[in-house]
Amino acid sequence: MTAMLYLVPISLILGGIGLAAFFWTVRNDQYDDAKGNSMRVLDDEYDDHPKQ
Amino acid sequence: MSVATCPGCVAHPEEKAAQIANAIGRRLIFSLPGVHCAGCIGKVERGVSELSGVLEARLNLSQKRLYVDADPNLSDLIINRLASFGYTAHGLDQDILQKGRDPAGRALLLRLAVAGFAMMNVMLLSVSVWAGAEGETRNFLHWVSAFIALPTVAFTATPFFTSGMAALRHARLNMDVPISLAIVLATVMSLFETWAGGEDAYFDAALSLTFFLLLGRYLNHRTRMAARSAALELAALETKTALRKGRTLETVPIENLVPGDVVLVQPGMAVPVDGTVHKGSSDLNKSLLTGESLPEAVEPGAQVFSGTLNLTGPLEIRVTGDAGDSLLRQITELVSLAEAAKSRYTGLAERAAAIYAPMVHLVAFLTFVGWIWVTGDLRLSLNIAVAVLIITCPCALGLAVPAVMTAAVSRLFQAGALVKDGAAIERLAEVDAVVFDKTGTLTVGTPRLAPDTPDQTLITAAGLASGSAHPLSRAIAEAAQERGLGPSQIGSVKEHAGRGVEGTLDGRQIRLGRAQWLGINSSDTDSVQSWLQVGDADPVALNFVDPLRSDAADTIKTLQSSNLPVTMLTGDRMEVARPLAQKLGIERVDAGVLPEEKLNVVKDHSPRALMVGDGLNDAAAMSGAFVSIAPASAIDATRATADIILLGNSLNEIPRAIRLARQARRRILENFSIAALYNLVAIPLAIAGFASPLAAAIAMSSSSIIVSLNALRLMRSQA
Repeated sequence: MTAMLYLVPISLILGGIGLAAFFWTVRNDQYDDAKGNSMRVLDDEYDDHPKQ
Repeated sequence: MSVATCPGCVAHPEEKAAQIANAIGRRLIFSLPGVHCAGCIGKVERGVSELSGVLEARLNLSQKRLYVDADPNLSDLIINRLASFGYTAHGLDQDILQKGRDPAGRALLLRLAVAGFAMMNVMLLSVSVWAGAEGETRNFLHWVSAFIALPTVAFTATPFFTSGMAALRHARLNMDVPISLAIVLATVMSLFETWAGGEDAYFDAALSLTFFLLLGRYLNHRTRMAARSAALELAALETKTALRKGRTLETVPIENLVPGDVVLVQPGMAVPVDGTVHKGSSDLNKSLLTGESLPEAVEPGAQVFSGTLNLTGPLEIRVTGDAGDSLLRQITELVSLAEAAKSRYTGLAERAAAIYAPMVHLVAFLTFVGWIWVTGDLRLSLNIAVAVLIITCPCALGLAVPAVMTAAVSRLFQAGALVKDGAAIERLAEVDAVVFDKTGTLTVGTPRLAPDTPDQTLITAAGLASGSAHPLSRAIAEAAQERGLGPSQIGSVKEHAGRGVEGTLDGRQIRLGRAQWLGINSSDTDSVQSWLQVGDADPVALNFVDPLRSDAADTIKTLQSSNLPVTMLTGDRMEVARPLAQKLGIERVDAGVLPEEKLNVVKDHSPRALMVGDGLNDAAAMSGAFVSIAPASAIDATRATADIILLGNSLNEIPRAIRLARQARRRILENFSIAALYNLVAIPLAIAGFASPLAAAIAMSSSSIIVSLNALRLMRSQA
């Protein structure tokens, strides 16, 4: 029972970090081109970093 | 910042970026309907980035748009570059696209994420309760759930609350009223139970309700936004400029032109405004306005309309503004009349909601009254009534239509059909007749030389025709090329706009052009002709035909075999239309129909007719028809009125779209049956008081998931 007193907050915080990360991806327009991004993964040119 | 590994790269990109950003402060956007694969991304981006002055090019494959950071003056260069790779590109107006940004969608997505996060956490806590937590432990878990659920409900369910309140204020019921009621009552009841140390709390149910319904709402919103952004894209395509002639020539946006201005229209350019010819003579291609594939000769004083294409000579046009008798204006008025007269289509979802919402309230209320009457226990009765509200809450119903629509719209987009209005899919499924416009829709819309022309005539004619932009000349040049004939070398070629071309060959004067110009009276012929005269010999006629699209016959056969009667509708004469119709196997032909009559003809034919057309003369009929489809080659105004646009320009997509729409409708009805079946089983249990929070959670999630999976089956459909 006492374990829950700290396990529950920990799990909420971990989940909250995930939620914050999702917020960040939305604000970063990362869902604008799902189709293109799935194909870019296969392109050699993007292996190291996005091309300037 | 990245560390440059070679001296050549040092600092250069950033500097260049800053310079260009300062100089322009905006990006260029192009629409590339042809991109489809991973190879396209690399080819397009690399190709455009190589151009000097281009900082960065990024292709968005979902939107089929290319975003370029570059000097705006490079626009034409980029379009040419893309054309050399085989991609047609159109510049898009950034300001219009700006309006298409979608903060509402983003807000919905964030709400969905929060609801999903909270739902999963509370569900985990609930599992512990269901697993047998008792006493203090259960109360603690309930309090933690309440702590998560209260702020989440307050934040994420607001779209339902506001919409439900708005409906109540107008003394109506919509789907959001039972939804809001269920969410609020479930939360409040659970809070009371938690405070009182009770056994059952419905926090997880309240949250999963919110989550699933938000999902449906978000999908619905995305479909609508995709439609709106398609419409915006069409509007962005339309931005036009004109060359105004004052003391100097200047390029101005057409909305800055005032009546009395004179604009210069070079051969090959579209006429930007309505007006009269001030100077010069030429041939105008009016096919987009009238459906007539033959150009019309114009002289000073003649009226010209925007949307026509100048072919042969430079024209100076005096802007007349919106003259009341302008063809474009007349047709625009017809379109808005037809639109106003069109009865609003009630979608399946609305019809279902109209029956469902009052029923839910009635059942929940009767349950409450019944339990009070039997047991006299207020708390128990309220608990059971809330359980009924939660169970009946239209989760599956809220997902049934949006999930299918999203799947159908994206499936159609993959197949090359852009759906501008989600409800169009439902209407398309109910179509019972198809009406085709002839010119430009069933036919290619550009004349081709008839095969009976002798080679020698063709060689001579091609020599004259090769320098001209007139569609008949082009047809001659193309025919020569196809037969592998080199055109003769003709000296001192001179084009007489609106009449024909002349030149000299072996010391003889040769002329190619209209019959009247060569002094021939040939008004009694059906086919389109051009005449060739060599020296003083008798002129020879060259006949032209407007060939059928290669896929027209197939398409019509497919439609007819699925019991859809097909009609050909045309402004052309019966003698021209009849043979084409026979070739295609179309029995009913309405020929010689004026644009303003077209709508009535379509409506006479069937109140649920699909109209396929491309010209401005079809626009009114299309906006008044039950549902309408336009090929991508159609004029802007027509594409704007059409419900569905065929990006691939292939008619084969039409039967395919109809089949898919019918499948989508079937899926929607199936989803309704699933939801109904679920209610049939669950409601009696809930009324009887057996709906524990666990049962509610399982029933709700499983029905929502089944409905979504059923919708996704469309994505794999081969139609």
